[in-house]
Amino acid sequence: MNPLLLLLLIPIAAIAAILWLPQICPKRITVTAFIVNFVISLGLFFQFEPGHGYHWVLKYPWFHLTNVAQINFHLGVDGISLMMIFLTTLVSLTAAWVTSKKVKRAREFFIYVLLISLGALGAFLSRDLFFIYIFHEFALIPTFLLIGIWGGQNRQFASIQMTLYLALGSLILLAGIVGLVLTQPLDSRSFDLEAIQQIHVIDDGVQKVIYPLLLIGFGILISIFPFHSWAPTGYASAPAAAAMLHAGVLKKFGLYGLLRLLLPALESGADYWRPVLLVLIIGNVFYLGYVTMAQKELPLMLGYSSVMHMGYLFLALASHHLVALTGFVLLMVAHGVSAALLFALAGEFQTKTGETRIASFGGLYTHAPFLGIMFLIGSMASIGLPGLANFSGEVLIFFGSFKSLPWVTVVCVWGVVISAVYQLRAVRLICFGTVSEVTAKLVDLSTYSARFPYLLLVAVSLWIGINPQSVIHLVQPCIESILNVGGR
Amino acid sequence: MIAWLILIAPLLSALLILGGLHRSKIFSQGVSIAACLISFAISIGFFTGSIGAPESLIWIELPGFKSEIGILIDPLSKLMLLVVTGVGLMVHLFSVGYMHEDEGVSRFFGKLSIFMFSMIGIVVSTNLVQMFIFWELVGLSSYLLIGFWFQKPSAADAAKKAFLVNRVGDFGFLLGIIFYWTLAGTVFFGAEAALAIKSHIGVEIPYLNITMVTATGLLLFCGCMGKSAMIPLHVWLPDAMEGPTPVSALIHAATMVAAGVYMLCRVFVVLSISAQTLEVILYVGAVTAFAAALIATQQNDIKRILAFSTLSQLGYMVMAIGLTSPGVEFPSTSMFHLTTHAFFKAMLFLGAGSVIHAVHHEQDIWKMGGLWKKLPWTFGTFFLGVLALTGFPGLSGFFSKEEILTLAYHRSGTVLVIASITAGLTAFYMMRLLIVAFFGVARSPQAANAHESPKVMIIPLVILAILTVFAGYPFIGIQESLGAVGTHEASHFVLYLSLGVMTFGYLIAILLYRGQGFEPIYTRVLANKFYVDEFYDRVLLRVQQGFAIGMDFIDQWIIGFVFVRGTSLLVNLTGEVLRLVQSGSLQGYAFFFCAGVVGLVYWMLKGF
Repeated sequence: MNPLLLLLLIPIAAIAAILWLPQICPKRITVTAFIVNFVISLGLFFQFEPGHGYHWVLKYPWFHLTNVAQINFHLGVDGISLMMIFLTTLVSLTAAWVTSKKVKRAREFFIYVLLISLGALGAFLSRDLFFIYIFHEFALIPTFLLIGIWGGQNRQFASIQMTLYLALGSLILLAGIVGLVLTQPLDSRSFDLEAIQQIHVIDDGVQKVIYPLLLIGFGILISIFPFHSWAPTGYASAPAAAAMLHAGVLKKFGLYGLLRLLLPALESGADYWRPVLLVLIIGNVFYLGYVTMAQKELPLMLGYSSVMHMGYLFLALASHHLVALTGFVLLMVAHGVSAALLFALAGEFQTKTGETRIASFGGLYTHAPFLGIMFLIGSMASIGLPGLANFSGEVLIFFGSFKSLPWVTVVCVWGVVISAVYQLRAVRLICFGTVSEVTAKLVDLSTYSARFPYLLLVAVSLWIGINPQSVIHLVQPCIESILNVGGR
Repeated sequence: MIAWLILIAPLLSALLILGGLHRSKIFSQGVSIAACLISFAISIGFFTGSIGAPESLIWIELPGFKSEIGILIDPLSKLMLLVVTGVGLMVHLFSVGYMHEDEGVSRFFGKLSIFMFSMIGIVVSTNLVQMFIFWELVGLSSYLLIGFWFQKPSAADAAKKAFLVNRVGDFGFLLGIIFYWTLAGTVFFGAEAALAIKSHIGVEIPYLNITMVTATGLLLFCGCMGKSAMIPLHVWLPDAMEGPTPVSALIHAATMVAAGVYMLCRVFVVLSISAQTLEVILYVGAVTAFAAALIATQQNDIKRILAFSTLSQLGYMVMAIGLTSPGVEFPSTSMFHLTTHAFFKAMLFLGAGSVIHAVHHEQDIWKMGGLWKKLPWTFGTFFLGVLALTGFPGLSGFFSKEEILTLAYHRSGTVLVIASITAGLTAFYMMRLLIVAFFGVARSPQAANAHESPKVMIIPLVILAILTVFAGYPFIGIQESLGAVGTHEASHFVLYLSLGVMTFGYLIAILLYRGQGFEPIYTRVLANKFYVDEFYDRVLLRVQQGFAIGMDFIDQWIIGFVFVRGTSLLVNLTGEVLRLVQSGSLQGYAFFFCAGVVGLVYWMLKGF
């Protein structure tokens, strides 16, 4: 059986199992399914032969809209989607694992988590824009429900705000995608990704219109400045699993889409809109960096920080440079891992203590050393300490972007200082010092089973940080082909 | 393969100790010391030439950008490796005694191993990216060790401060590396890269009246300013004394803080292309040397005095780099002083540790006194250290300091004046420390009941004392290993000048402090370190936090408000519409949302 199809069928099977076998613990079913998926994605990773083109391709014609376009159910992975699949299965597994099996309405909860994972996997596996879009919507809806039903403070407001923002983004995106499809000649029009990537001549005027639609459409999902307001409040009130999956995986879908569509097809649109994009990047890194510094609640701080780091990724997109774009893929994975780790910890703190203010913690090293060390490692990863994955991505982005965008790159490098300020302050207040009343309510994770998801995330971050080349040699040919199509 | 053990041994030791062996104190100590011993043995192998450099491992390889993890063996790294692992070994031994009663002893040795791993990584770097990686990792180990007593608020704050101030320096350093790569097309060290950079000599940066080459040098120097604590980024080093004293000896005196100087020596061929760069380096070094010495005269904490003295000596080394004439491969004078300073300053810090240990963690020199009789070994070695630091003839510090002064004499009169005054101040504050802490009467019960430290602490002191005495003589071979130290003719004028200011400093200190029980010449501005910390805390940090709060306000009330108002209008509208549907459950909403999207897609497609 095609392994890619298997990746999609396993969550579906797990949902069926939860629905029809109520006597089995839904967490157990979900985690088992995600373990299988993670193992499959590891298998794919080790089987993958780097090079151009797609592997394990599966293609069924679905239907042909007369006079519009051919739509296919078309799966396949290249180096970039492979890494995204790996990230999705990893974060899904850890997100399900850290969730308590006694969560209220457990069956529904885990079904939604499975749906998110299914949607994200489908979006990253599909080679057809129609399915990419549908799968992505499919993943978003359960996220709103997770926040609306299981969220913390302000959950109604947060989930409605998030729904409206993201729905708006989706609509703009849809308009952009439709526009992109329509630029193809009528007789060979299709939603196929390759076909769209090979459109050679899109009229400059049309590019100028489509580019901002895609940028903002995907951008809202990635929380580009100034459309970011939904993200921090959304993450702050989301249950840990939802925040991990959204910040870790779904956001990356937007970036993935930009990489696939924006770069190859819309060269002159990118040139025209670049000054605007640069301003938005500075907004993300510099302005939102300082906003992050003013946050007093941990989930809000992490939410803003995750928004801020998106600026580096936009910088890579704006630079059109091979080195920067390779760093882009590394940082997508790295940020997904570190965000998942930090949101998992924040969730653990919040569920056990009911407290979110950073200053009310203290003495975590003394009281719960494992959690303390994990928080330290997550923070260090997030501020780009070498040896952990984020550094290798960030440093490549800075190097690659400097030649064409020197000044904006300098501002972004300053972001490294900004993030150290707020993140180390959090470490200082939470981990150091004497044990506070709030911290005393926490229980350190002592069993291997409870520690496993955290250690898994740290291990992946270390692996990519120490040996980035093992990812780069998979990604580089794909980036080259994207740039060759666009760069000409 | 055996060469890699120099990095693998301490790394493995750290992993073993922090990963599970920490339950056994003795085992942790043993593993950590053994790892350090292996690294030391391999360093000797490198030095004698019996072990060669291994093949590098690729870290990142992309068209146009390549970085690897490798081991570079040349005169510079050979000597530095010996210093790092040798002093490291002494500090490891000393810590066995010093940390004996601490509960976290295993954790301490584990972190020490992380430090050894990262520091060796800096020294053997073949390229700037590798150096930056290990550069940040020593920053991490310094952070962990300063904050070793993490329950103590002052230690926790000091750790954070050290990391952040270094980050500011590293901001410049990273940009410097990016500039270097932009000009040279590579991040590797070497003459070819320097030639490539030289070919860009005329290229100016738009809007700034500075060439790319000068900017590259200055940005790289930023890294040194952070790590080697040059003014104005010096504020973290005195606070770093919150860490255990062996850490202060190894990291914040002998090795890590010298990494900035080492890095400048590595890229000297690039720095020396631009005369302006060297001039900035020269004056930053000179000002740091002078101002830190001035502050040191009014400190009362034994470790802080030594910390400011370290700052001052680092300023000397950096100044020596600025004085070196372009064309040489690396500034051997500066490296020579780095080496001798590593020995005697590590010894002074360990001696201070021995004193602190003996007087039950009292660090105020005014609460000591009369210790020379009770701590004969500590006093003896400390006394030698003071003499060496102040440049007493015949000791290692004399030779290296003399070289720097000679260099200054030949190249810049102003600098010679600053350097000589600094030397006089050094003699003054070290003699003050010696008199107040070791002579006179005991001024506290702890000082009266002090006992000499155990052998495991004394032996490292004695070994370092031997090095302190002999390291400067040519037969030891340090100068020889550096090529030619002191290409300039030694001058009698410089000799008399330095002896003169030293004696003057001694005399003033003896006259002022002999038999005193309190500070006779209290100078507020010096005791408060020129209020630089206050300025940073009250002005810079507040402005920054105020800026952050302002940004947050804008985000909540302008960006949030506009959009949120829009959203809440939309929410009401949606509510009205959905009321017609009367579903009432979130699942219902979701269904309609989904159906709506699908319908919309279909409708849009149909339309075309």
